[in-house]
Amino acid sequence: MNCDEFVELVTAYLDGALAPADEQRFVEHLTECDGCDRYLEQIRTTVRALGRLPEQGLAPEARDRLLAAFRDWPTG
Amino acid sequence: MAHTALPADAVVVTRLRARDETMFAALVDAWSPGMLRAARAYVADEHTAQDVVQETWLGVLRGIDGFQGLSSLRTWVYRILVNKAKTRGVRDARIVPGLGVVVDDEDHGPTVDPARFRSTDDPYPGHWRSSPPAWPSPEDGAVAAETRRRLAAAPAGLPARQRVVVTLRDVTGHSSDEVCDLLSISTANQRVLLHRGRAALRAALEQHWIKEATA
Repeated sequence: MNCDEFVELVTAYLDGALAPADEQRFVEHLTECDGCDRYLEQIRTTVRALGRLPEQGLAPEARDRLLAAFRDWPTG
Repeated sequence: MAHTALPADAVVVTRLRARDETMFAALVDAWSPGMLRAARAYVADEHTAQDVVQETWLGVLRGIDGFQGLSSLRTWVYRILVNKAKTRGVRDARIVPGLGVVVDDEDHGPTVDPARFRSTDDPYPGHWRSSPPAWPSPEDGAVAAETRRRLAAAPAGLPARQRVVVTLRDVTGHSSDEVCDLLSISTANQRVLLHRGRAALRAALEQHWIKEATA
């Protein structure tokens, strides 16, 4: 496998969606290529960081309005 | 996004139907941050995203008595959110209508600049000319914070459909199946959008760290 092919298969690999033969070629390439190992790790770092973005909640007034609406909502 | 421990769907739904305000407040607090991020992928500003999330919770109130449990409660809530956000996004002319139908050039071609790889007359065609430069360790707290700061702003620069898929998969943590279901797109299409979006965000971080290193 070449590096330019490897970088296009990274997402399918991480989703466990590669055909067995492709996955084997992918993993073999990974063990022998430092550049691709680093590329994959940087994708993983990016994905992990996206999952940990600073949280921002609903504005307090909006939250209060919603709870009031809930309180007044007729029972079904 | 972190999830505070909520009871199982069936318990939550029963308590909402019994108009248990504590349960509703817990749900709003646990899910609104992720929902705001998801809404933000469709609409132009934070204010509109806040509106969309509020409208979604009102939609949840309207629909909860009829919720059939065919999907998880969270997916059901996000379906309401996506519909409301889409309507708002189209009104704000921020999103391409017909998500998944339009095939753009942005969905094709290599995700890494071909110039980074050796050419066909090289003894190792298709291999890196030089490895991607190393990044500072994400174990370093300041680096991690800077990475998150960059990424919080970066999705805005992605094409609309990539932005939505990356947000739902990586920011709010939905599975591939859930995203396909929420957006009515195929698995293959979903993966292409996710792949291109992630590659673009990695490239943006790379540019940032190169600039930092040479500053």
